[in-house]
Amino acid sequence: MRRFAADRAKRLLFRSLFSSAATPSAPFSSSPAAAAAAAIDSAARSVTVDTINPKVLKCEYVVRGEIVSHAQRLQLELQTKPGCHPFEEILYCNIGNPQSLGQQPVTFFREVLALCDHPSLLDQSETHALFSADAVERAWKILDAIPGRATGAYSHSQGIKGLRDAIAAGIAERDGFPANPDDIFLTDGASPAVHTMMQLLIRSEKDGILCPIPQYPLYSASIALHGGSLVPYYLDESTGWGLEISELKKQLEDARSKGITVRALVVINPGNPTGQVLAEENQKDIVDFCKNEGLVLLADEVYQENIYVEDKKFNSFKKIARSMGYDDAHLSLVSFQSVSKGYYGECGKRGGYMEVTGFNAEVREQIYKVASVNLCSNISGQILASLVMNPPKVGDESYESFDAEKSGILSSLARRAKALEDAFNSLEGVTCNKAEGAMYLFPRLHLPSKAIEAAKAVDAVPDAFYARRLLDATGIVVVPGSGFGQVPGTWHIRCTILPQEDKIPDIISRLGAFHESFMEEFCD
Amino acid sequence: MSPKPLDYESLNENVKKVAYAVRGELYLRASELQKEGKKIIFTNVGNPHALGQKPLTFPRQVVALCQAPFLLDDPNVGLLFPADVIARAKHYLSLTSGGLGAYSDSRGLPGIRKEIAEFIERRDGYPSDPELIYLTDGASKGVMQILNTIIRNEKDGILVPVPQYPLYSAAISLYGGSLVPYYLDEEANWGLDINHTRQSVAEARLKGITVRAMVIINPGNPTGQCLSEANLREVLKFCYQENLVLLADEVYQQNIYQDERPFISARKILADIGLPISKEVQLVSFHTVSKGYWGECGQRGGYFEMTNLPAKSVDEIYKVASVSLSPNVPGQIFLGLMVNPPKPGDISYLKFVAESKAILESLRKRAHIMTDGFNSCRNVVCNFTEGAMYSFPQIRLPPKAIETAQRAGKAPDVFYCLKLLEATGISTVPGSGFGQKEGVFHLRTTILPSEEDMPSIMSSFKKFNDEFMEQYEDYRGYSRM
Repeated sequence: MRRFAADRAKRLLFRSLFSSAATPSAPFSSSPAAAAAAAIDSAARSVTVDTINPKVLKCEYVVRGEIVSHAQRLQLELQTKPGCHPFEEILYCNIGNPQSLGQQPVTFFREVLALCDHPSLLDQSETHALFSADAVERAWKILDAIPGRATGAYSHSQGIKGLRDAIAAGIAERDGFPANPDDIFLTDGASPAVHTMMQLLIRSEKDGILCPIPQYPLYSASIALHGGSLVPYYLDESTGWGLEISELKKQLEDARSKGITVRALVVINPGNPTGQVLAEENQKDIVDFCKNEGLVLLADEVYQENIYVEDKKFNSFKKIARSMGYDDAHLSLVSFQSVSKGYYGECGKRGGYMEVTGFNAEVREQIYKVASVNLCSNISGQILASLVMNPPKVGDESYESFDAEKSGILSSLARRAKALEDAFNSLEGVTCNKAEGAMYLFPRLHLPSKAIEAAKAVDAVPDAFYARRLLDATGIVVVPGSGFGQVPGTWHIRCTILPQEDKIPDIISRLGAFHESFMEEFCD
Repeated sequence: MSPKPLDYESLNENVKKVAYAVRGELYLRASELQKEGKKIIFTNVGNPHALGQKPLTFPRQVVALCQAPFLLDDPNVGLLFPADVIARAKHYLSLTSGGLGAYSDSRGLPGIRKEIAEFIERRDGYPSDPELIYLTDGASKGVMQILNTIIRNEKDGILVPVPQYPLYSAAISLYGGSLVPYYLDEEANWGLDINHTRQSVAEARLKGITVRAMVIINPGNPTGQCLSEANLREVLKFCYQENLVLLADEVYQQNIYQDERPFISARKILADIGLPISKEVQLVSFHTVSKGYWGECGQRGGYFEMTNLPAKSVDEIYKVASVSLSPNVPGQIFLGLMVNPPKPGDISYLKFVAESKAILESLRKRAHIMTDGFNSCRNVVCNFTEGAMYSFPQIRLPPKAIETAQRAGKAPDVFYCLKLLEATGISTVPGSGFGQKEGVFHLRTTILPSEEDMPSIMSSFKKFNDEFMEQYEDYRGYSRM
């Protein structure tokens, strides 16, 4: 009898959106969907929207926002009623998540990770038949750097020393300037490292952080969550999303005149969502600006391996600063890197680090202390970060296949970036800057006034309105530009370049067809 | 040289207030000594694999195969991995949206959350909703997220047991709230007396604090006590009366070393109590792969389950989770494996059970060895470790020792622990890091050193302690007051 009641309770809990409140056989309040109808939001309860931290309410993150929830609903509908929509599948072009769209992981990296996850494999002779010799060798080397070869143990709170040594060596090789392993803090992806810095820097809403507009909304969300003020600086769409020092100066002075203490400058290079790669001279000016104005430079460099144009290359801000003769005494710099992007695209592993230079010992102690409360980042992600910064070299057994995988992915990304850029530019009323790097296109929509009115009529922001219509017509999910910030009165969408190459022509034609009919519907 | 853009003075004040002794002064000193070549036994953190506990074979095999799915195409894969491992790897890969390298749903993979809900239902006898289960990079991140959601300002108080695991005090400091302590009863084996809690709430309210939540750690850390059913009922009714959300840290639910009080989840008792309380009390329950007999700390796999939180609050928590995109996928798979271990009849079942039993039996033995060992020492009194992974002996420091410590500018238990470290290499955490009654001193050590090492560790401790007590007990000047 009890089991029957439990089953019935289970069915009640998983019922549709508008079921009523809990029945006696289901002791708790029903799932969120059902609870929406019930009168549970009483102010008397401790955790309600009226009594939770207001900073949580203020924080927003469109990349996985409203449009994605709607896409998921459509996807469920497609599964239960195939053919109910004018498309067969949902194409998630909202998020930089390459492996969810078919990109393959780098074989060598996965071999090493598998061996480190289950070190007993190294004691078995059959392993050599299934794993490349240099992967086995690298796994041994990594395990030897881990006390007791215990990959399941909490490590040092900054990350395993031997892995930080390897990362520092990789940074030095990349930049031509030394890196100190004790400056490195390994984190569960780059995002937690950004949160840590915001936590340290922001004392109150009087503390401001200069952020590019458009920006990756982790920054706006994190600043809101920590109670600070976002000080926007506008990138110039007409010059390929150029970063002008005069704009930085203007916004800085503006903020200061309002009583805001500007603490740091965020630069995303290559840019997200904009994709521009900064020129060396530009970077030097930025470094000088931070040095002279007493700002911490927060350099988001997670797309450093995603460059698609011949005439630009990645220079880390650390390299630029050191090449100008600046050391720890001159510039406070935090550089963020991740295993989620590049050609490796290992988003689900949550691996990343920040390299912290130019802070005094007392501050570094505090950074360490905050890191220690969480004990350490996941070991597998730490190992992956060390592999990313130290991939196979010429002469290694796996080098050729590794290099083929890497260049295959990067050249494909470059082709897709170009194909989609051209496609957007071919649409009426759409202009799209080149994606020099990163994983996104950020086309500008010159929407007819009729469309803008139609959006207002349903209480929607025009680019969100367009994105929603695009999704409903084609199954393609993009993120409205308003989620990233844009010059007021301009509208954009962010679309990734990540669907597999064979899907691109279809995307382009569906996009074209949708856009044509949209413009026809709303032509002035 | 111009002042730095970020110096100690201009740091967020809340960050400065944070203390986390588990990796604080003692640990840093121990690391220094280790670099100088001294042999250190790290018993400062619940980190089983670092002290020789081996990972369970089955989950490591499954995750290794998930890391390298191309192995599944190799005809020789069966030479390295048994068939049930291969099947399970395929199962978890099918739950992902592109393998281990893709961001999952920000709440965690739906398939794994479903497995966890099923586990909770089997464990408690009541259904659980996967939509209310969120996976996190370790339980600590979940605790921090929930506390950040609750705390608005310094007037918001969180009831925390004393002694407590200092993640709670650290997080409350970081988010600018107030810690409202309720003392556990050392004389009653660290029992929870609801009257103390009531008193703490009353005192806090007199100071203008709005008490928002109550934390229970069951089994306790550092104290190890396992709450009785009656206790849990009292706590839940108390939370109902005082309008508190209950935060139930249940990460040690597999670590039980006595048979009188098995683990019962707060959620089960809440459901048992029935209406109206069962529908009113808000509860968040935490679990992890870091403890138990798994000890997979380095994977950073954890979850929290929400009960009776309104839909809009759940939405806000979801929103903040989405800013960090997703918890790490391998850690999620470890969680799935933990709640869904091999079953009787599976190829890997016998080995899995043998490995698990061996670990739990050994932990139980070590809990006894350590408790008895401490109790045999002069001026040391130690409650039995009923659960979790720690021993929290009381060290009755003679007045002369306390004076010497104060003259050295150290808290007395820090002074004692530093001396212990320098003499024996045993790295513990002073009780002041967890909170204790004024003038009563403790240290926390883990029961994790291997069984073979235990006797020598305990005798090493006894030698140091008894000599220390000899040195600092001065009968000539001893006051009887």
